[in-house]
Amino acid sequence: MQNKSTTFAEQVNAAQMRAMHDDPGMICMGLGVDDPKGIFGTTSGLAETFGSQRVFDMPTAENAMTGVGVGAAQAGTRVLMTHQRVDFFLLAMDQLVNNAAKWHYMFNGQMRVPLTIRLIVGRGWGQGPTHAQNLQNWFAHIPGLKVVIPAKTDAVGQQLYQAIMDDNPTVFIEHRWLHNQSCAAEKIIDYTTPLQKVRTHKTGSDITLVANSYMLLEALQATEVLSSVGISCDILDTADTDISAWENIYSSVRKTGRLLVCDSAHKHFSLSAEVISSCVEHCFSSLKSAPQRLGLPMYPEPTSFGMTRDYYNNAQSIVSMVCTMLNVPVPDLSQSSQSLHDVPGAWFKGPF
Amino acid sequence: MVEEAIAARYSEQKMRCPTHLSIGQEACAVGVSAYLSKDDKAFSSHRAHAHYLAKGGSLNKLIAELYGKATGCTGGRGGSMHLTDLDAGFVASTAIVANSIPVATGQALHQQLQNQKSLTVAYFGDGATEEGAFYESVNFAAVRKLPVLYVCENNQYSVYSGLSCRQPADRSITKMSQSMGLFALEGDGHNIEAVLKVAGEAVQWIRNGNGPALLELHTYRYREHCGPNFDDDLGYRPEGEMASWQARDPLLQLEAQLQHEPRWQAFKSDLVKSIQAGIDVAFDAAELAPFPNPEHNELYVYAE
Repeated sequence: MQNKSTTFAEQVNAAQMRAMHDDPGMICMGLGVDDPKGIFGTTSGLAETFGSQRVFDMPTAENAMTGVGVGAAQAGTRVLMTHQRVDFFLLAMDQLVNNAAKWHYMFNGQMRVPLTIRLIVGRGWGQGPTHAQNLQNWFAHIPGLKVVIPAKTDAVGQQLYQAIMDDNPTVFIEHRWLHNQSCAAEKIIDYTTPLQKVRTHKTGSDITLVANSYMLLEALQATEVLSSVGISCDILDTADTDISAWENIYSSVRKTGRLLVCDSAHKHFSLSAEVISSCVEHCFSSLKSAPQRLGLPMYPEPTSFGMTRDYYNNAQSIVSMVCTMLNVPVPDLSQSSQSLHDVPGAWFKGPF
Repeated sequence: MVEEAIAARYSEQKMRCPTHLSIGQEACAVGVSAYLSKDDKAFSSHRAHAHYLAKGGSLNKLIAELYGKATGCTGGRGGSMHLTDLDAGFVASTAIVANSIPVATGQALHQQLQNQKSLTVAYFGDGATEEGAFYESVNFAAVRKLPVLYVCENNQYSVYSGLSCRQPADRSITKMSQSMGLFALEGDGHNIEAVLKVAGEAVQWIRNGNGPALLELHTYRYREHCGPNFDDDLGYRPEGEMASWQARDPLLQLEAQLQHEPRWQAFKSDLVKSIQAGIDVAFDAAELAPFPNPEHNELYVYAE
């Protein structure tokens, strides 16, 4: 089956199937996990395979249900919760920050919390101010939480499987526009091979691009254009916010001397801020120009099609920024840009 | 006696953490715990000493924890508001109002999923019933018929705020809980026999597989919200209210009942001696114990 392909959503589904199979005590809960749409197909078949005791819908009560997850997890049940949007999960900050993140530490290592929380970032098609936020930086700020931000189909199954099997509370942030990303089945990384917390997707010599979530795909597209004008890039993906694993970012910056961070969240007080300040701390003397970043502007995402054209950065804005940093003319990309800015492709017809 | 000793020594500035005393509310913890085994689990809130001790939590580890010592029940990481003694089935107390109620409910979900015979108790105060976490937890427990006993000690005050500014005058926490699907009973939390009666019924209800229950126990906090002192001079409680509750203190009521028993005086004197000896040992050990090694401060942020 040489041409067999699989999607990001299918891999998310398969990782849960595998984890539920490997840990017979594990449960999976969330609003709509067993409904006909199966969270964009990512939970389809779980309830049928493992039964309603282990895979179940729940009350609309994000905070207490997160606490229920903490309680079951510290008692010995491996727990996976799924929320269709990051934004609704804000109701659960007390249980996440005060309990999940601190339980192991504040009780002196006597209990552990194998709890994974899948959060989906919406975007476009009028998702607007409260259905499209990526708050990855909030979670990364809390000691005790692990934050995983998948971007590629080949590794997402491995990343989710290992997040679930980890005995620490982990926030797993999936961008909705990644769900249809396909990949040849033979490229899928075995779920149990050791994780690469920072993944290197391309190597080059002129500039280091660090991206997260959906912005990785835009960055990869940008490097195609950049190579056509003779610019080669190192491109890395911070799939995990564990800063102790960032040594290969520093070695890349030491090599290229230039850094652009492509962030999928708001620009300020962000993962991009952390990457840049860490690189400045570790490789200041290697820098040939001021590090730059692209992120969302510091205003909420409006709903109207007419207001969102320039809200998100894309391959074109990355190309422009790189060319500016390298002092070369910016190639014209207007012909290659997609006709509608608020959908990932023709397959996306709304409503969410 | 334990908490009287804590209050007496608190001003020495060696127990350097916020401490919420249960003095006046002891009958609730003792009466409920009478029906629990070590396999049953308990959770509590910021005011947790009585629940911890009544469940069988180690006194030595409690006092050492207040002193911030390595021998404390969380090795100095949690202090008075984050107690645990897993050997006794006292899983955790947490400091944010209503914050341990969902966790207790999750423990009960685990017990149900694993077909365990045990149950979980969640202790909290009247203030917690104003938090969303309470309603959300009770709702889920009712939907899934979880083996959890919610124990609301209604002492009428949330810090200095009385019930009148927090809940409508005709609110009954018991009736409200019944209408949310719980088997709910109320009782005089200042009278051990009254607590034993309703706690016995509620525990039986849960052990029979009927699902969650709630007890509303009317009781009273004698000391300040947080700290070792009396604070009636602040004037936030009506004049005479404290005296009327103290006059029917649960321990005094019990003693009034027992004092005509021929062996009572000897029994009481032995009991007081033995408790005092335990307190002395606990404080002496806490004073002598080392502080935790600061080189281990970063240990246990993540489980290996």
